[in-house]
Amino acid sequence: MSDGIDNAAATDTLDVRVWRGDERGGDWHAYRVPAAANQTVLDVVTWIQRHREPNLAYRFACRVGVCGSCAMSVNGEPRWTCRTHVQDAARDGVLRIGPLRNLPLVRDLACDMAPFFDRWQEAGGRFVPSSDRHADIAAISPESPARRIADAAIQCINCAVCYAACDVVQWKPDYLGPAALNRAWSLVNDERDAGNKDRLRAVAGDAGCHNCHSQHNCTRYCPNQLDPGASIAGLKRTTMKAALKGQL
Amino acid sequence: MIPPHRRHGLWLAFFLHRLSGIALALFLPAHFLVLALALTDPAALDGFLHWAHQPVVRAAEMGLVFLLSVHLFGGLRLMALEWLPWSPRQKTLAALATAGSMFVALWFLLASAQAA
Ligand code: SF4
Ligand code: SF4
Ligand code: FES
Repeated sequence: MSDGIDNAAATDTLDVRVWRGDERGGDWHAYRVPAAANQTVLDVVTWIQRHREPNLAYRFACRVGVCGSCAMSVNGEPRWTCRTHVQDAARDGVLRIGPLRNLPLVRDLACDMAPFFDRWQEAGGRFVPSSDRHADIAAISPESPARRIADAAIQCINCAVCYAACDVVQWKPDYLGPAALNRAWSLVNDERDAGNKDRLRAVAGDAGCHNCHSQHNCTRYCPNQLDPGASIAGLKRTTMKAALKGQL
Repeated sequence: MIPPHRRHGLWLAFFLHRLSGIALALFLPAHFLVLALALTDPAALDGFLHWAHQPVVRAAEMGLVFLLSVHLFGGLRLMALEWLPWSPRQKTLAALATAGSMFVALWFLLASAQAA
């Protein structure tokens, strides 16, 4: 079999609970899943879908931590399931797998990601070119301070783990959230970008960076070890300076 | 039960800051009301001050000072965290240094209070 479980010597089984339902309600369902070495949470979900619940809804694509589509809530914590090992995530021998927090539910483990991506647009997460294709390629030194700051924020895989971890997103649903603000911060430091005037206005607005309480749940859970909390602090400083200079 | 995403130091720091802020906000109006007695009803103020010398009220005052210092240091912590573009390592070192110096200062204070 290709799911990497059936061909392992499965002597043991895992106690797994999976949340099944939709926006109208649902329940936890219990399954026994064969245990295997180096098994990931996504392997477990896939086994259940292939052997027990053909209509279980969940999402994945790359299985190697690149696409950002497999995030779920595992024992109450947002995780990228394809790179989370069962032995690191199980609590008292139990694995409780549910949908991400703070997003509307499609069904079972699949959330509607639309609000998450809408925030990216609202935060000015789109690159605004300062020249056209006929110009020479911009020479940006990888050592320049701005480039280093942009680099530190750039490896986001849009998994929404930080968005699900953030209490401010829960308390204020139109808050732009850590990922979109982190993206805005990488563009603020991109010397080729020409969109900062509108972008700073967007991130300084009512739903913007100043809502953040610096709880740093986002930084704690980001699977790519980005630091959205620090990016947001950067936006707070930059927007404050811009406001003092009357540029907002 | 505290959900797992809230079981860490920075969330606790946020929570204490919020809690002490609310408690101080509740205390302040009462504080100003009592102070206003100095203008409107000095006798009542004297009565109140006399009452406030009871040990229980004294103990509650300590709680107030505690709240105030929690809120003050919480605010300083937040400003350092957000306004200083330091690396996480530098911030940990700075926090350790602050905690260390507070410990020494407190120890010194207690020792000299005992000697006096
Ligand atoms: S640091 Fe800000 S954005 Fe990140 S989880 Fe906390 S409140 Fe949300
Ligand atoms: S910042 Fe990290 S946790 Fe948030 S979406 Fe990007 S990769 Fe995921
Ligand atoms: S499946 Fe692509 S990141 Fe997990």
